[in-house]
Amino acid sequence: MRFLMRTAYQQDIRLFKYGSTLGWYVALVAGCLLMPLILDEYLLSQMTFICMYAIAAVGLMLLTGYTGQVSMGHAAFFAIGSYTSAILTSKGVPFLLALPAAGVMAALVGVVIGRPILHLTGMYLAIATMGFAFIVDEVLVRWESLTRGNMGFYVDPPVIGPWVLDTETRFYYLSLIVLILTLFAARNVLRSPTGRAMIAIRDSEVAAEAMGINLAQFKTIAFALSAFFTGIAGSLYAHKLFFINPESYTIFLSVELLAMVIIGGLGSLHGAVFGAAFFIFLPQIIIMTKDYLPTYVQNQTGLESAFFGLLIVLVMLFEPMGIYGRWLKTRFYFEMFPLYKKDSFKREKKYQKAERH
Amino acid sequence: MTFFKAQEISISFGGLKALDRVSFEIGQGEIFSIIGPNGAGKTTIFNCINRFYDLDQGMLLLEDRDISNIKPHAVAEAGIARTFQNIELFKNATVLENLILGRHRHRRSSVLTEIFFSKSVRRQEIECREKAEAVIDLLDLEAYREQRVLNLPYGVQKTVELGRALAMDPKLLLLDEPSSGLNVEETEDLSFWMSDIKEDLGITILLVEHNMHFVQQVSDHLMALDFGQVLAQGPPADVLNHPEVMQAYLGEECVAAQG
Repeated sequence: MRFLMRTAYQQDIRLFKYGSTLGWYVALVAGCLLMPLILDEYLLSQMTFICMYAIAAVGLMLLTGYTGQVSMGHAAFFAIGSYTSAILTSKGVPFLLALPAAGVMAALVGVVIGRPILHLTGMYLAIATMGFAFIVDEVLVRWESLTRGNMGFYVDPPVIGPWVLDTETRFYYLSLIVLILTLFAARNVLRSPTGRAMIAIRDSEVAAEAMGINLAQFKTIAFALSAFFTGIAGSLYAHKLFFINPESYTIFLSVELLAMVIIGGLGSLHGAVFGAAFFIFLPQIIIMTKDYLPTYVQNQTGLESAFFGLLIVLVMLFEPMGIYGRWLKTRFYFEMFPLYKKDSFKREKKYQKAERH
Repeated sequence: MTFFKAQEISISFGGLKALDRVSFEIGQGEIFSIIGPNGAGKTTIFNCINRFYDLDQGMLLLEDRDISNIKPHAVAEAGIARTFQNIELFKNATVLENLILGRHRHRRSSVLTEIFFSKSVRRQEIECREKAEAVIDLLDLEAYREQRVLNLPYGVQKTVELGRALAMDPKLLLLDEPSSGLNVEETEDLSFWMSDIKEDLGITILLVEHNMHFVQQVSDHLMALDFGQVLAQGPPADVLNHPEVMQAYLGEECVAAQG
């Protein structure tokens, strides 16, 4: 058990609570940087996908996990980011400009579309955002002069100054750096007034308004930030795959992103990364372990998806706080050893929550 | 100039007149209490001031500025803070975070500077914490600073809510039944804090309360409501002994028997 002795306000607002935490993160980043030495090309490209999905998941986490607004339309922002970046670079705009432009474009669309629907809540907002994603999908298919419709769009590998990022390793480093910057930016917003306002809106809209928080303004900001990061991820995705068409951005992607943040653990940035890793790595692990199963089981079709689905159900059943929740409990166990009490994380049940105010 | 003025405010829900031409004035730095039986319209007045409800008629003036048509968040920006009858805290956040949220109306940064956590944002964060610490100090919340609100006992949660309102540095503080659910000791603490808030911080308080002993102890002015209408206004002793007020609370027969 560690106690923090505070002697200055500066201690309270720094990024890492303890010096040792910073140490662990440095080790983690160093480990990630060494990955290309250890992993083969295929696994490295999976790591790249984790980075990309984690960036998008951080975006959705800000909206769903921190502001409490459910979106089933994030595939649309992902697509807008992809296409903006693809079109701009094909017109000769350098990648370093096209990448942020993809985010900004997604954010702008997010503000325009988000403003009128953001007073909706819960399921209603989810359905409205889903409708928005259908519209974007249709536009991508029909606006052939710009997007080449279902024919698809060829994208060049990104070029930054003298480097062409056409190898797995180089692209992995690019994605990793963007992910780290994204996490920094999100963390900074979350420890500032905007982040607190978002959390306030999630926990009690009435109280948030009474504190002087402009609901429309901060929901829009949350939507824009969320769309921005998702757009950035979309841009990376386009340049990773070299070829995009509207079929890559269906409702399935939206649902997958939503599942990532819920399984990872709502309301934590760790959760966004864990969720992305879960979704990319678990199917791989399932495929690998399949080799050790008896032949008659191996030959069953659809085994991977069924098992993957089962794991999702199990996580939701036994760890409603997501993977991050499990991580917290494990860490707490070792910190408190041998005094860990099983009920430390048990929530008090509120049976009588009145709606009056 | 009157500090706060409600002019003939009326509001009805369907056929029910929740408030019927209610007028009152609050002077700068005083504690003004509203009493009345359940359903008299006390909390409705708060929700009107907060702009959660739209007035049918009448006007609300804060320092001669009409606040009856502004947005709910603008009411807070104008300097009116409130607590709720049923606690409305940000329950997944710590006590300190709740108090810092009270500082929202003083925010000077924008999202763009916050993304980079610039020097000015940093300074602002430290400033927020200094103010929050002052509130923690005033309300004896040191022991709970880092704890998440949902794990705290009811009385402490009520205190945190009061603290959050104080952290806003308001001109006018609306307290909706602050002593409900508190034990004798906590209620005593509360009445000390009320006089601290009034005298040391110079904040005007509008109070809705059922605990008559408490009301009598702290208020400078009293208004009694029943069925949305004002029964009596004036110094606490006068209002509490007013025949109509006694009738509203005790019923006609009791008053006759006493009289």
